[in-house]
Amino acid sequence: MDFTTFLIQILNSLQYGLLLFLVASGLTLVFGIMGIINLAHGSFYMIGAYLAFALTSLTGNLMLSIALGIPLAFVFGALLEWLLFAHLYKRDHLEQVLLTYGLILIFEELRSLAVGDDVHGVDIPALFSASIPLSDTLSYPVYRILISAVCLLLAAGLWWLMQRTKLGMMIRAGSHDRDMVQALGIDINLLYRTVFALGVVLAALAGMLAAPISSVYPGMGSSVLIISFVIVVIGGIGSVWGALVAALLIGFADTFGKVLLPDLAGLAVYVLMAVVLLWRPEGIFKKG
Amino acid sequence: MNPQSNSRGALVAKLVVLAALLAFPLVGSAFYTEMVAKVLVMAIFAMSLDLLVGFTGLVSLGHAAYFGIAAYAVALLTPKYDPASLWVALPVAVLGAALAAFVIGIFVLRTKGIYFIMVTLAFAQMAYYVFHDTPVGGGSDGIYINFKPEAAIAGWAPFDLNEPLHMYYFIVAALVLVFGFLTLLLRSPFGKVLVGIRSNEHRMQSLGYATFRYKLAAFTVAGGLAGVAGFLYGVLFGFVTPEYLSWHQSGNVLMMVILGGMGNLAGAVVGAFAFIGLQEVFSGWTKHWQLLMGGVIVAAVLFMPGGLSALPRRLYKKFKEERIHG
Repeated sequence: MDFTTFLIQILNSLQYGLLLFLVASGLTLVFGIMGIINLAHGSFYMIGAYLAFALTSLTGNLMLSIALGIPLAFVFGALLEWLLFAHLYKRDHLEQVLLTYGLILIFEELRSLAVGDDVHGVDIPALFSASIPLSDTLSYPVYRILISAVCLLLAAGLWWLMQRTKLGMMIRAGSHDRDMVQALGIDINLLYRTVFALGVVLAALAGMLAAPISSVYPGMGSSVLIISFVIVVIGGIGSVWGALVAALLIGFADTFGKVLLPDLAGLAVYVLMAVVLLWRPEGIFKKG
Repeated sequence: MNPQSNSRGALVAKLVVLAALLAFPLVGSAFYTEMVAKVLVMAIFAMSLDLLVGFTGLVSLGHAAYFGIAAYAVALLTPKYDPASLWVALPVAVLGAALAAFVIGIFVLRTKGIYFIMVTLAFAQMAYYVFHDTPVGGGSDGIYINFKPEAAIAGWAPFDLNEPLHMYYFIVAALVLVFGFLTLLLRSPFGKVLVGIRSNEHRMQSLGYATFRYKLAAFTVAGGLAGVAGFLYGVLFGFVTPEYLSWHQSGNVLMMVILGGMGNLAGAVVGAFAFIGLQEVFSGWTKHWQLLMGGVIVAAVLFMPGGLSALPRRLYKKFKEERIHG
């Protein structure tokens, strides 16, 4: 591997890792704060990607579609929390696993009914379709850099929201003692609904951003879900910071696994997880 | 409360069900006989998972791995143009699944609760990719078992698995054996320790039990029994694909356990019948049967805690309350 190829692989690892972080951060946020294990989180990623495809077919512009898609995903998330997830807070993990497993089947079939089982492509917006030359023969697409930048901004934004705002303070307090926060006069139901919808938006946004590079296909939520689980486990459940570090590790393991051991690429990520768990059974950044 | 009710009524009910199973091929068509055979195999699979989920309190979402590993073991042990010997293939498949469960158990049992759910899922996914991405078992296309294992001992064959009826009764016998084995296991001191771990692991530890070893033993036995099911499934249908290890398979078997009611071996059998029955009915109605299946799962969680086997008890309780208050 020459230096330019190596550099491209590094950039790809970062881009993939950061995108996975978006999905995993929602998963770990919802678990860490509301105590819900949500297997259907990957479906939100898939829904985002299909939303990008559908809206782009209508509007002809991915950026505009994303701008429209984010509020749609938020409303969808809030509705779903109100209808279903609000009934799960006091249930045990097993029931949460089951209900959200049922949801995966439902979302997958609804997708099939609505848009069929074909694989679709989404065009990269003209504004970002250029590539930056790295050497005479290799260049790196601007769109991928854009994805990384957006994800980094969101990671910073999430940190700011949780650590520096009043809303973040209430959310963190709510995760420790729901009743106490309610007694202070804060509408905990509204707070939880917002956090859940935020998690849905993060996953859907990742799907929308990924649509042009990974294309849009049935079952795309499943693989992302499992990888997100691995990230959450490696990072330590409930830790957003841990999810970021773990997502980057996974990005590197997967990208370089594909280059160095193409036959066993799917395995690299899980081997990494096994090693981390042997070292720390509760993840790298265990939440107190 | 003893989950394995010893009452005479329960025993009679079990014997009636067994008699019905034995008589079924005489009245049912070949198509339905094969379907019942499939349900019985899944019932063995569900019972093996119930040992973990219902009795030991370990919610595994990767149980399909051991089922699939055993199925692949038969496929790989079968020569291209000859059958394998049943007396070699069955033990190798089951021990292979148990060994895999033992090794994976050492890793996953270091974790608890939600981590355990996720980590079992991830390890099963690892096994899935081994078969999906490498040519060992035919890659993503899977592999055919062209010849069913042959039961010959020194040239004499007591039965022939190529005969659908023989296959069916072989599966019924396996179900009865696994049911009996698990019943005895759960009544033994070992089984009592597992149930103790489910209700309070710390208490068991302070009583001096090395709970990790007990959990590892339970995990290994459950893996081996899932292997029995995987072996039968592969032999029954004559092919194996990576989907046998997929997490959807793990989700489905978990659903069977819950639907039937956890911590109840007979419930696991009922759950397998209910799940596959629904699947057959729904897939007869529409290509998008998973939509209905998902709806049933969601509704079951929301409105039917405790599963089907808890339903009579809940109805009875409600009936009694109404008599008192009404």
